[in-house]
Amino acid sequence: GERLASRPGPHSTGETPTPYKSIASYNNFYEFGTDKTDPFEHAQRLRIQPWTLRVEGLVQRPRTFGIEELLRLAPLEERIYRLRCVEGWSMVIPWIGYSLEHLLKTVEPLGNARYVEFISATQSDTMPELRRRVLDWPYTEGLRLDEARHPLSLLVFGLYGEVLPKQNGAPLRLAVPWKYGFKSAKSLVAIRLVEKEPLTSWVKAGPGEYGFYSNVNPTVDHPRWSQARERRIGEFFKRETLMFNGYGDQVASLYNGMDLKKYF
Amino acid sequence: MKNPSPAAISAIKVFLFLLCLLPLAHLAWGAWQDALGANPIEFVTRSLGTWTLKFLLITLTVTPLRRLSGWHWLLRLRRMLGLYAFFYGSLHLSSYLWWDQFFDWSAIAKDILKRPFITVGMSAFLLMTPLALTSNAWAIRRLGGRRWQALHRSIYVIAILGVLHYAWLIKKDLFLPLIYFVLLALLLGIRAWWRNQERRGQQAGKYLTPRRGRIIPLVVRR
Repeated sequence: GERLASRPGPHSTGETPTPYKSIASYNNFYEFGTDKTDPFEHAQRLRIQPWTLRVEGLVQRPRTFGIEELLRLAPLEERIYRLRCVEGWSMVIPWIGYSLEHLLKTVEPLGNARYVEFISATQSDTMPELRRRVLDWPYTEGLRLDEARHPLSLLVFGLYGEVLPKQNGAPLRLAVPWKYGFKSAKSLVAIRLVEKEPLTSWVKAGPGEYGFYSNVNPTVDHPRWSQARERRIGEFFKRETLMFNGYGDQVASLYNGMDLKKYF
Repeated sequence: MKNPSPAAISAIKVFLFLLCLLPLAHLAWGAWQDALGANPIEFVTRSLGTWTLKFLLITLTVTPLRRLSGWHWLLRLRRMLGLYAFFYGSLHLSSYLWWDQFFDWSAIAKDILKRPFITVGMSAFLLMTPLALTSNAWAIRRLGGRRWQALHRSIYVIAILGVLHYAWLIKKDLFLPLIYFVLLALLLGIRAWWRNQERRGQQAGKYLTPRRGRIIPLVVRR
């Protein structure tokens, strides 16, 4: 893909990044199919130009940004993050982007804004699975406002020095590295600040299996499988899954006094 | 095709034997060529599992197919197909024990007790084992045809558990397991329907010549 210049950013892991080929061919992007290889095969049709992002809801200055404008909003950084999927596999991905906070502060959230809702694109002519209601479309995710403003929460435009491949959520997506991968919504078209906890697509699909928080937590199993270990893509042996995916030093304080078994 | 010669049947058996090895050969080739995707271990485990289900369904197709076509010799292929279901099931189980759990027996025990889909999958495998062990003429003679047949009817339960095991591990999209479920329902449904027809025929007091499909030549002539 097209090159995307960036400078090294903070919070990068020293672990070896997963090969580009694996990152770009093993994806969950249900709008294009539920098989891991479907997004690579079908997402190439996604139209990403022109692309706009609405930032709306409880903000002082709601507005719509063009993708070019977003790319210039703050300096692009390379951040090498771990990604842990709720299915039990993980990767290390050199993302390019900047902290979501840069965007949020330009729209000035109001005092009663407590949550942020993220809405992904729905293109019925390029996304074959929208007709099958595997999930409730549009794909919707959410974070608490303090989570969204945490410096680790990244608005992503590229990986491996290039613009995002379509199957990875072009032209912009989230990367919230201490939560299961599905929290990091792809191909965003709207960000909405709200007062109440948003009902996300996965919570709607299975409230007993997928919680709003979905922090990576080896001590809280998915009802149908264990979350204690993970297979890092490219490795033979499984590894122990780390609390908050290894980002506990930075984020554990967000959840002081919360029962993480209840708010899973 | 109604009455192939013994030589023709032997040739068919050899051909079928090799054909049934193709899925395994395909996986081995893919592993060798590094063509199984980013997560080859998961791919192999899943693929061995779905082939187990496919062989269970194929095995269950023999009787209806024989009855509908009148090709009684098809029955002579059933044992091999059933044993292949067990073969792929054993490989599937081994891949879980080795590549998923690395023979951590306490974790495996916990998994079996705690995770319904593992419980169900493991039960299906355990139920399959006696069928594989009694898939020979000696066991049929020892057990007697009726008891042997009753035992081997547990394949119905095994197949149901197998499809349930598959459906239960899927994160969300139940489309593929549903296809297996529908095929299985057809295969079991047609048996139930035939049985019901026969029972009604008997209740009506009619003299029935035993239906072709109900005569089971258990000990196969060599």
